[in-house]
Amino acid sequence: MSDVCIVGIGIHPFGRTDGLSGIDQGVFAVKQALADAGIDWPDIQFAYGASDAAGNPDTMVDRLGLTGVQFINVRNGCAAGGSALSSAKMAIQSGEFELGLAVGFDKHPRGAFNALPSEYNLPDWYGEAGFMITTQFFAAKIMRYMHLHGISPETLGRVAEKAFRNAVHAPHAWRREPVDLETIMTAPLVSDPYTKYMFCSPAEGGVALILASEKKARALGKPLIRLKAAAMRTRPPGSFEVFAPSIDIDRGGSATNIASHDAFALAGIGPEDIAVAQLQDTEAGAEIMHMAENGFCKDGEQEQWIAEGRTEIGGKLPVNTDGGCLACGEPIGASGLRQVYENVVQLRGHGGGRQVPGDPKTAYTHVYGAPGVSAVTILER
Amino acid sequence: MRPIAEGLFTDEAQPRLIGGRDRTTGRIVFPCPPGSQCEPWPLQRKGTVWSYTIQRYRPKSPPYAGPDAFRPWPVAYVELPGEVIVEARLTDVPFDRIRIGMPVELTQIPLDPDAPESVMIPAFRPVEMLQ
Repeated sequence: MSDVCIVGIGIHPFGRTDGLSGIDQGVFAVKQALADAGIDWPDIQFAYGASDAAGNPDTMVDRLGLTGVQFINVRNGCAAGGSALSSAKMAIQSGEFELGLAVGFDKHPRGAFNALPSEYNLPDWYGEAGFMITTQFFAAKIMRYMHLHGISPETLGRVAEKAFRNAVHAPHAWRREPVDLETIMTAPLVSDPYTKYMFCSPAEGGVALILASEKKARALGKPLIRLKAAAMRTRPPGSFEVFAPSIDIDRGGSATNIASHDAFALAGIGPEDIAVAQLQDTEAGAEIMHMAENGFCKDGEQEQWIAEGRTEIGGKLPVNTDGGCLACGEPIGASGLRQVYENVVQLRGHGGGRQVPGDPKTAYTHVYGAPGVSAVTILER
Repeated sequence: MRPIAEGLFTDEAQPRLIGGRDRTTGRIVFPCPPGSQCEPWPLQRKGTVWSYTIQRYRPKSPPYAGPDAFRPWPVAYVELPGEVIVEARLTDVPFDRIRIGMPVELTQIPLDPDAPESVMIPAFRPVEMLQ
């Protein structure tokens, strides 16, 4: 089977943009991606659009042109962008289309997400009593992980410090000022062990990726960035998920384990072959746990990895080269596609001050979200 | 004092949380889900702290129904051996004395400690007096 290639990328800077709707930011990203690919909107044969809280993506045809194009909306929690990309890949592989779009955008209010129990099949008292809080769950999750695997609070701090340091060189990032380790460690606690610098914030942004068949990509004359795998998976028994009033004593794996395993199988390579990775870091400990869940190291080895700087831009496996969610914030529909955008930049060698040295040829992305969904992609040049 | 919801606690001198036991698989969950797949299953009152954190900001309302005044509180997942791990508040323990593995037992605390007739929510407290 011939590969599906990414031939155009566009991004609206993440963060807060007063006066621009989520869809505005999505349209901005699409126009930039079209220009990058050297094509026009009427050339697009199909689109998948992801948004969680900023309206129906297909309505952007008003702004881009009423060409009659197939435009399917995707709502899949934090995996929405990954699901859009996976669907777009299959649409081309089916042979029905040869050029299409995956777009994601979002715009969330300030402060933590306020989910309601009824949306998650939970009783009202669970929310009324103050348990319906993502930060609370993520804090309890890392507290257990640190206890089992000897991860120190300072390692969490170093992950956040790296994020802000990398983001200095990423024009699309939100928080682009370096923050030193002491400031991170002594900042107010949100939920122990996490201080305010160790959690990402809900935010805004838009990302668009143009996908093409290999034949079409060659015709467009673009460097061939191959989407070798795009796997979206759900949770196995015994996983530990957000908004859980109870969990099983017999612990199981995670949606990430499954998505990662299947993506590596699809791409025919292993974790040791990856040159750069974007791993979901909605909080500092998530990056730590996801290093192991995606197979890059064993549980507990992160302590040494971080101390030795192995996930820095010049390290063995650079992780979150644009500052990840910690520095870019999290617009749910756009977040997973931002990771892929960043990997295309890296594989093209256009990363500037954040460019991974050594001419990287392989790149990995991973998102995880409620209630136990994960999406992984692998790119090769 | 009234519990925050019906079907959460047993009606006895030392109330227990009511979980649900799957009639087919025997898997125990909390709370007891509606429908006939699970039978109500009173859970043991004693367990150990499996993990915890401190909630340090007032949650958004809705869904939070607690008072406007806010003081940080500890939240734990408590392992009830052989049954299930349940999420509840911790009480009667200084934050810096909480440890994973600490023995705790079920109690009830008011959602609003300053209200005379607050609804009661599940919490665990240390089994032994802390030194």
